[in-house]
Amino acid sequence: MKLLIRNGRVIDPATGIDAVCDVLIEGGTIRAVEPEIRLPDMSKARLVDATGCIVTPGLIDMHTHLREPGHEYKETIASGSRAAAAGGFTSIVCMANTQPVNDSAAVTRFICERARTTACVNVYPVGAITVGLRGETLTEMGDMKEAGIVAVSDDGVTVADAGVMRRGIEYARTFDLPVICHCEDRTLSRNGVMHEGLTSVRLGLRGIPAAAEEIMVARDILLAGLTGHPVHIAHVSTAGSVHLIRDAKARGIPVTAETAPHYFTLTDEAVLGFNTDAKVNPPLRTAADVTAVREGLRDGTLDVIASDHAPHSSLEKDLEFDNAAFGMIGLETTLALTLALVRENVLTMAQALEKLTVNPARILRLPKGVLTPGAAADITIFDPQQPWTVDRNRFFSKSKNSPLHGLQVAGTVRHTLVAGTVVFPFAT
Amino acid sequence: MELRHKNLLGIEDLSPEEISLILETASSMKEVSSRDIKKVPTLRGKTVINLFFEPSTRTRTSFEIAGKRLSADVINISSSSSSVVKGETLEDTGKNLQAMNPDLIVVRHPSPGAPHILARTLNASIINAGDGAHEHPTQALLDAYTIQEKKGKLQGLTVTIVGDITHSRVARSNIFLLKKMGAIVRVSGPRTMVPPFIESLGVTYVPELREAIRDTDVIMMLRIQLERQNQSFFPSIREYARCFGLSLPMLEHARKDVVIMHPGPVNRGVELSPEVLNAPYTIILDQVANGVAVRMALMYLLIGR
Repeated sequence: MKLLIRNGRVIDPATGIDAVCDVLIEGGTIRAVEPEIRLPDMSKARLVDATGCIVTPGLIDMHTHLREPGHEYKETIASGSRAAAAGGFTSIVCMANTQPVNDSAAVTRFICERARTTACVNVYPVGAITVGLRGETLTEMGDMKEAGIVAVSDDGVTVADAGVMRRGIEYARTFDLPVICHCEDRTLSRNGVMHEGLTSVRLGLRGIPAAAEEIMVARDILLAGLTGHPVHIAHVSTAGSVHLIRDAKARGIPVTAETAPHYFTLTDEAVLGFNTDAKVNPPLRTAADVTAVREGLRDGTLDVIASDHAPHSSLEKDLEFDNAAFGMIGLETTLALTLALVRENVLTMAQALEKLTVNPARILRLPKGVLTPGAAADITIFDPQQPWTVDRNRFFSKSKNSPLHGLQVAGTVRHTLVAGTVVFPFAT
Repeated sequence: MELRHKNLLGIEDLSPEEISLILETASSMKEVSSRDIKKVPTLRGKTVINLFFEPSTRTRTSFEIAGKRLSADVINISSSSSSVVKGETLEDTGKNLQAMNPDLIVVRHPSPGAPHILARTLNASIINAGDGAHEHPTQALLDAYTIQEKKGKLQGLTVTIVGDITHSRVARSNIFLLKKMGAIVRVSGPRTMVPPFIESLGVTYVPELREAIRDTDVIMMLRIQLERQNQSFFPSIREYARCFGLSLPMLEHARKDVVIMHPGPVNRGVELSPEVLNAPYTIILDQVANGVAVRMALMYLLIGR
């Protein structure tokens, strides 16, 4: 069965295409991207009208938490993949901090098997750097890579011991596995629950200084230089981290970086009223940090926008602020918040989309993120203008922990295609 | 004028007029405590629950006496006897108490914002009796009442707050209140216990105590938690007492008419030397006495009419 996407504005940042074109799909792969494709027998093809919409390589979220195995009441691979499809993502990368931790090929195989049988988008697992995320013993990365991991990370915690982290990066290099760094010096962040700044002083909440992140960003940049292996800095939240990464890139150190939409959209004032949905790690920072993160996205210091989708239920969130869990969901709001940067002239549409498609694909060496003939037909079609209001009760995620509830945004996903199959809107 | 609030969660929510109203009401309540029969029927038939998740003698007793002098039925629940040890969430504890239809819940909790959770879910009025390092509004109100009693005003006075500002809800509530009422506020203490950005609250940080107490009308000493020494906040009790404690020689740098306050309990010989503690310009016990009057005033204003 052929599928023809007609009359959309095709933007493929990998090839530089930005033109109104049709896209022909057959057998799960892209056959042609050309203006006004005519088929000998149009009636046998499924037609998708994309007039007024943008047609782009399927979005890739290189930082999510799917909670399966272990915390299926918060999210499963199935529910997380539906949230992803609804948010325009055709590929998602899930972190290792499940229960049990993805620190062995057995867990990796379980995740891949569950993804194959229950997920509607591509799911790529990340393996742990150290067993149990304890920062002590290296995991069997070679075994896990054969089972399907695409990177290693102890995301959620930092490998505190620089010597262990160095060996972890070197060992990952053996198998050409990218290393994703969660940068947080726990001796500085300690029991902190929000950004250390004007708002934490008012609320009497224990602060996490920006330096807690920046010290580890600096360390991991130095380790990338030492080992010669690329490191990818996860969820950059501070101006200081942006400066460190910009400087490292200028010196030719192999480092890439991502930020999450909340770090270019919200400030620590979102915590006022002790709103636990705004409790996230790293914490929401100041307006100056938001500006610096936006500038880092604009000048390419920050390569990727990732959701850091972190589902939690009311059991973890309807608590005292001190006791509530860190994290917010983002799969279904990331595209709209990114499009706001385009409207505000921070990014061009092509820049915005490369941070959601080809850039994460290149960092993780995924054969994704392009619209060239022969590529798998992972495609996202969205209306960039359509306004909507974020409603926590209408998410496809199992969890509702978003501080964006009630926010007016624009940009809605019309169709998400994975390997040529329309996975969103969901068949009823 | 009346207090247009269901709850008292923090000084930040109050206007200067509302603060004045509370202080004026406290004046008339103070008279009740001086009577032979220290009881008025104002809150007869009302139920007040003291819900304390942290140890407290002074504040809990003060609220209990305040409620009883107004003829309310007062129940005390402390964390050791509460269902928290059985794993119940704060919200569920609150809802269970609500089912018994109390009029007022006075809550102390180690986590900032905990009283706000109760205020969001319960019909009863909530008074914050201290939430972590956030606010302790009744302490600030009784401090303001005591200053006004001694100095006749708040406007234009200089007040110096000394010690562990970072971890102090007393400091925060006092800063909010004193700034709203037009006082000038200085803070002093080791930089490890004065949070970055404290100036954003409108105060001046003066590290050296002898400079900080110069030409000030009021010195408020904060309690130092001795275990903070083990967390690298200060090197030794000895040095803390030497640099940030009030002794007679240190007081040479202060004005003759200065008054000295402390929210209690005092570490005798640390924040205050025994001589200073027993001196007439030290008005700690006036603070305690006025605490009852201020809490009676708040109970009356929140649930008494």
